[in-house]
Amino acid sequence: MDTRVAKKKLGLKERYAAMTRGLAWETSYQSMDEVFPYDKYEGIKIHDWDKWEDPFRLTMDAYWKYQGEKEKKLYAVIEAFAQNNGQLGVTDARYINALKLFIQGVTPLEYYAHRGFSHAGRAFRGAGASVACQMQSVDELRHYQTETHAISHYNKYFNGMHHSNHWFDRVWYLSVPKSFFEDACTGGPFEFLTSVSFSFEYVLTNLLFVPFMSGAAHNGDMSTVTFGFSAQSDESRHMTLGIECIKFMLEQDPANVPIVQRWIDKWFWRGYRLLTLVAMMQDYMLPKRVMSWKEAWEMYAEEGGGALFKDLARYGIREPAGWKDACEGKDHISHQAWATFYNYNGAAPFHTWVPRDDEQAWLAEKYPETYERHYKPRWDYWREQAAAGNRFYNMTLPMLCTTCQIPMLFTEPGDATKICYRESDWRGNRYHFCSDHCKGIFDHEPEKYVQSWLPVHQIYQGHCFKPGTDPTKEGFDPLLAVLDYYELNVGRDNFDFEGSEDQKNFAAWRGEALPAGGAK
Amino acid sequence: MSNVFIAFQANEESRPLVEAILADNPNAQAAHSPGLVKIDAPNRLTIRRKTIEELTGKPYDLQQLHINLITLSGHIDEDDDQFSLSWKH
Repeated sequence: MDTRVAKKKLGLKERYAAMTRGLAWETSYQSMDEVFPYDKYEGIKIHDWDKWEDPFRLTMDAYWKYQGEKEKKLYAVIEAFAQNNGQLGVTDARYINALKLFIQGVTPLEYYAHRGFSHAGRAFRGAGASVACQMQSVDELRHYQTETHAISHYNKYFNGMHHSNHWFDRVWYLSVPKSFFEDACTGGPFEFLTSVSFSFEYVLTNLLFVPFMSGAAHNGDMSTVTFGFSAQSDESRHMTLGIECIKFMLEQDPANVPIVQRWIDKWFWRGYRLLTLVAMMQDYMLPKRVMSWKEAWEMYAEEGGGALFKDLARYGIREPAGWKDACEGKDHISHQAWATFYNYNGAAPFHTWVPRDDEQAWLAEKYPETYERHYKPRWDYWREQAAAGNRFYNMTLPMLCTTCQIPMLFTEPGDATKICYRESDWRGNRYHFCSDHCKGIFDHEPEKYVQSWLPVHQIYQGHCFKPGTDPTKEGFDPLLAVLDYYELNVGRDNFDFEGSEDQKNFAAWRGEALPAGGAK
Repeated sequence: MSNVFIAFQANEESRPLVEAILADNPNAQAAHSPGLVKIDAPNRLTIRRKTIEELTGKPYDLQQLHINLITLSGHIDEDDDQFSLSWKH
């Protein structure tokens, strides 16, 4: 009779090594450099790819098992939410506008991230890095799908969500997130990882997926909080990929340090600018608030990111060049951004509003240094004008920053009464920037950024009209022609929340009377 | 010295995890917000499989924590028995 021998199980670390490192091989009839043409041309020197470690040591079998389980839980919540008409249980129909921004500007980024990681995974000759990128690529595709699925339920009931993919390539403010990822994906694989895994995911995504999602829970949106947390649990693996990538580059060769520092400077700032949208979502778009943008910034950027940069100091890495200015901006950017969207709400497929009295009081309490001094008078004036039947819509087009593509809405460091404006000349043309840091990014790679597709320039050049549009025709309205090119439903997707179809429908579904006389 | 942190969805599956962390890391502080619980600890935080198993009376694979994990910071060191976050080298 055979003796049964208990098979000794491999420990986690051995299992991980066995299931990743064996996947790579040295090429024979082609040179490694020809098969992997991209991982050297950025100047990053790697001497030993085996030093790369994925700190989570998640193997494919474990990955499918746990991701499958997360997915089952997520879809159970989404289904229950839909069956229960959960959209009627949210605090206020104004909240839905945050979801519109999410499906318009965030969800398409997940798809870009999926493509970017797929490419980076192919580009790295080291198996550890390659496997980590491939898993992340699958994660990002999952996020794109689950967000689209969860928000599609809202699309049945509310305006401003029906054309998000079409809008992503055309609508002016969506060029901000789009250009961020196109910039990242057209860098080399190490720059891509520094931009997305490190600067964006490690230092900045906590600000989107943690306090904002907690805010979604607070506002009764269980569907969104569940996809948000489910996505962020993947992000936490991605963050460790980002930090591992940075450590790996810095430890492999001292010559990598200045290259990495420059990328950190660039991508921290680009990510920070992109998050302006999130600042505004948190302070103005959540009817019930969990924490202000400023508090979230202090918790996740200053404390969390600060710990990270303190740790990286041993390699000679300092905090990003724009760090101080970004920390000063915590008092301003949400107010400046929301005011801009309020201005341009004729051309944006979501609704805006003047914050109500209790909300203004909350803002004044959270922003004691700036709100009442700089921002409240503006809202009071606009509210007065709206009550008199003169809701302000800006009919001119703003100047955009060539790097971040955000309208010039930010103020000077140290002076919140003066718009910050910088310029550079390059080959006979003049380019405009919102800050020293956006100018610095351009000046280092002007050949790249002169190609920016700036929506305002494109509109003025006549590239944002549908084929067959005749701008010389009598009564031609350029704004309406641009909105037609966007395929935006004028009067339903845009303009003030007060009086919108969303507001009326939501009140009717819940059997509520509309507030008399507009927002008070 | 900096804090490390880890956050979980506020639900029944995370509850023993949070309890185990607070039991094993006397300096750790838990903060609750809608839907989530975030635990901060100075410099280092360790999650032990054994403590979770003692609390629940069931076997636990540490990689299960991915199911309810939201976010974290610090360098990770993980094996079959413990999962730690630290700023130590």
